[in-house]
This record gives sequence, structure tokens and C-alpha cells, in this order.
Amino acid sequence: MAIAYNEIQETIRMVQMESLDIRTVTMGISLRDCVDSDIEKVKEKVYQKITRYAGELKPVAEQVEKEYGIPIVNKRIAITPIAEILSDATKEQAIELAQVLDAAAEKTGVDFIGGYSALVHKGITKGDQTLLNALPQALATTNRVCASISIGTTRTGINMDAVAQVGAIIKQTAELTKEDNSIGCAKLVAFCNPVEDNPFMAGAFHGAGEGEAVLSVGVSGPGVVLNALKRYPDADLGEVAEVIKKTAFKITRAGELIGRVVAKRLNVPFGIMDLSLAPTNAMNDSVAEILEEIGLESVGTHGTIAALALMNDAVKKGGAMASSYVGGLSGAFIPVSEDNGMIRGIENGSLSLDKLEAMTCVCSVGLDMIALSGEASAETLAAIIADEAAIGMINKKTTAVRVIPVIGKSEGDIVEFGGLLGRAPIIGVKPFSSAKLIKRGGRIPAPLQALIN
Amino acid sequence: MNKRAVVTVVGKDKVGIIARVTGVLAKHNMNIHDISQTILQDYFTMMMIVDMADQNRIDQLLETFELVEKEMNLTISIQLEDVFQAMHRI
Repeated sequence: MAIAYNEIQETIRMVQMESLDIRTVTMGISLRDCVDSDIEKVKEKVYQKITRYAGELKPVAEQVEKEYGIPIVNKRIAITPIAEILSDATKEQAIELAQVLDAAAEKTGVDFIGGYSALVHKGITKGDQTLLNALPQALATTNRVCASISIGTTRTGINMDAVAQVGAIIKQTAELTKEDNSIGCAKLVAFCNPVEDNPFMAGAFHGAGEGEAVLSVGVSGPGVVLNALKRYPDADLGEVAEVIKKTAFKITRAGELIGRVVAKRLNVPFGIMDLSLAPTNAMNDSVAEILEEIGLESVGTHGTIAALALMNDAVKKGGAMASSYVGGLSGAFIPVSEDNGMIRGIENGSLSLDKLEAMTCVCSVGLDMIALSGEASAETLAAIIADEAAIGMINKKTTAVRVIPVIGKSEGDIVEFGGLLGRAPIIGVKPFSSAKLIKRGGRIPAPLQALIN
Repeated sequence: MNKRAVVTVVGKDKVGIIARVTGVLAKHNMNIHDISQTILQDYFTMMMIVDMADQNRIDQLLETFELVEKEMNLTISIQLEDVFQAMHRI
């Protein structure tokens, strides 16, 4: 059937005026065949493999972007968790490997490479420990390498020894990059229930169940949803969900098409479509503003979680119908520094760390891009991670923590991260200690929810 | 099947818009399947479905359209038709 005039107009309006874009095409690459007892050989193999597989990623994506007239904002790479291929390497060698990844990312022209990761939700292997030891230096001496640590799952419980270490790693990374507002921490995520095919950074890695190489896509479009809702100011909440659902459907269809074209041209299988609504600092491209459009004076006030739950669910329903393979994190992201509405919420005093935590119970991920007071101790950071992981573990969902304790800044200051990472008002942490909880260590047992066989 | 693309042109109405834009398409040997055009409050909007046999041409085409955009103060976009099919048809 021929496309109608108003349908063409709708698509063009979404792209030109409402910031519809493909947020990322991410190529997952397995590095398991790069293992070698000689770390120099590992470095060489890793560099060669990444640059060979992803060499065409950027040019092909840019060509597709032109042909279809829909911007693909980021081109990225996800790799096998590096801890799995470290074998006998030393800390210094692990840091060098991070620098090799950085060089490979630069060579291929991608903005981030994710997978400097370790999965330690139950125990820590030698390679895992080497990676954890190397992390602060690795993050401080590279630009494009993203790291993630899995510290808990519903099936295993929470590895509190790992949580304690990650708290300390975040603090050290903040210290090492304090000249740049502790920006190193923006490239590090702690996960509970991580997914193996997430195309979004900083938490992307190429999971153990994945194939040799795969292409996954993350769409976005808070601006499109916001504008669609503005056309129905008097709709009841059922109708609001319907509007979001329909819009998510269209966005996802566009994303899936583009993803499949890119995958085909790169001769790589198409993996999944991640339907997350991911905000940017562009005007009106904000998840918080959608919640406010639904009916909140300022995000974070009473009713925020109800509105967010409605929105997150409607996005999934629309997206699930539109794509054959939905995966990744799929839902709504609520990064603070990348969302002008969230920033305003904190400045207004309506949005707090506690409310953000509660919001993560009903949205796709967790505490994301939150700037904390530089005085936050390693134990406090670990305890924040433990809380978030507990939410994920009990609710059988992914939760994550990406917080930045900005050294030298305290509550009320504003910090500029620049570029996509945006800016954020510093949030204070509670002045009471959680050190004893963290010092106990051990493993929080898997909850009853894990016993489903 | 040959790929088809949707060309849209929006701008303040003046003499010669259709001639200029279709001229570019003719020069690139691109056939026009369908064309519709209206004037809405002094604003000229036109949509065309065109043949896009050779996708490698898109760079040249975009460059030429950019010149026309500046010259006649228009907004021109060209997108493969598949994307509209994907978004609006099941």
C-alpha cells in the first residue's frame, strides 16, 4: 500500500524536529580465541581481531544513516569480558591491554568499546582479581574503554566482597581522574543481573552465550514520545499508555530496519533490538519531561513512580510488537546528567537520591550518571551498590550503579562532564556510616525467587 | 526490485522550485513515480517517490540538494522508502 502524505510527514517531523535517532549500533565481538599464555600475543590478537571485524562498522553505519535519513548517533563495540582472557597476566599487563583496546577503538572510529569487565557475582577468579586491581589505572589512562562488573544476580545472590572492592575502585578512579571531574567513573558500571547483549554503554559486553560477532541496536526517542503526548493533553492514563505504545512501535520499527541493514552489509548476524528510551541533553529529549507531561509539576514528586511504571511498560509493549528480537535492557533510562529534566528536578529539590533509587524498581536499569559529593567514602559507595543490587536481585531485573563521586565538590555544586555525558548537580550522601555492613563481607544468599526449578 | 526513495521539499513558495528539484533528479537519471504538492499558508511542500537504483549516488545527490537548499532557501530530504514502510505498515 502506498505511503500516505501525512505518514511521510510524521516520519520527517520525528527525525527533524523531535530528535528521533538510532542511539547506537553496537558490534559484539568474541575475543575468546585471543587467549594465549603470552600476554604480548594476546594484545596483538585482540587488536587485530577488533580492527578487522569492526573496521567497516563506522563507514557502513554512516552510509546507511545517509540513505535512510535517520541519524545513528553512536557506533560502538562490545567485547568478551576481558577478565576471561587475562589468564596469568599481571596488573600492569592488564592495564596495557586496556590501552590496546583504546587504540583499537580509536582506529575503528567508534566512540566507546565496552567489555573491560569481570563477572564476579558469585566468586572471583585470578583473572577477575587482576582486572579489578587494574581498573582504576585502566580507566584513568584510556578514553574510550568502558568497564562493568557483575556483582550479583537473582540466581547467585550478591557477592559483597566484590561490592566492597567496587566501592573502593570507584573511589580510586575518582581520585585518579580528579583533574577532569572524576570522569573515569562515568565509564564504570556495577551490575546486578547484567544482560549479555546490551548495546548501551557503559555496560555493554559480549556475553558468554553470544556468537562470534553480532550487531545489536539501541533506539531512542524520548523527544518523539514527549511530542506525541503533548498532542493529547486531556487523555486519560489508559490513552496515554496507548499513545506511548504506538510511538514506541514506530520508533522500534525504524530502528530494527536500520539495524538489519547495517548487519547485512557488515555480513554479521543481527542480534537484538534494545528499546530503551535514552535521553540526551538536546532540547525536549528528556525522559523526565515525559513524566512531567503525564502530570507531574517537577520530576521526583509524588506520583513519579506511577508515571514511570506506566511509561516503561507502554514502551515495552509497543516495542515488543515491533521487533522480532527484543533484548538488552529495554525500558527507560534515567541518567541524571544526560537529562535536562532530571537535572532540573534535583535543582528544584523535587528529585533526590532516595527517589531515584525507588524509580529504579520500575524502570530499566538503575542509578545512572549521578554526581555525588566527593566526600562519599568507599564503604558508602559500596553500600549504595548493595542497595541497588538488592532491588535487582529480589525483583529479578537488571539494576546498575554508575555514580561519580566528584573529588573536591560537595552538595549543591554543579559539575560539567561535557559532550554526551552532560552536567549534573552534586547530590550529598547520608552522613551515617555503612562500614560495618561492608566490612562483614561474604555473600548475600540467593533469594527464594531463585528457587524456581 | 529497485529501491525507491522519498524526496520531500519544504520552503517558502516561489517560482521554479519544482523545475529546479526535478531538474536535479533528471540529471541523475532518476525516474519520478509519484509526485504531490500543496501550498499551505505560503509554504510550499512537495513529496515525490523516485527510483533509487544506484544507492552509491546518494552522496552526490545530497551535495547537489544542499546547493539547491541554499540557493532557494528550501529544506530537502531524501530517504529510502523502506523506512516509511517499516514505520507505518505491518
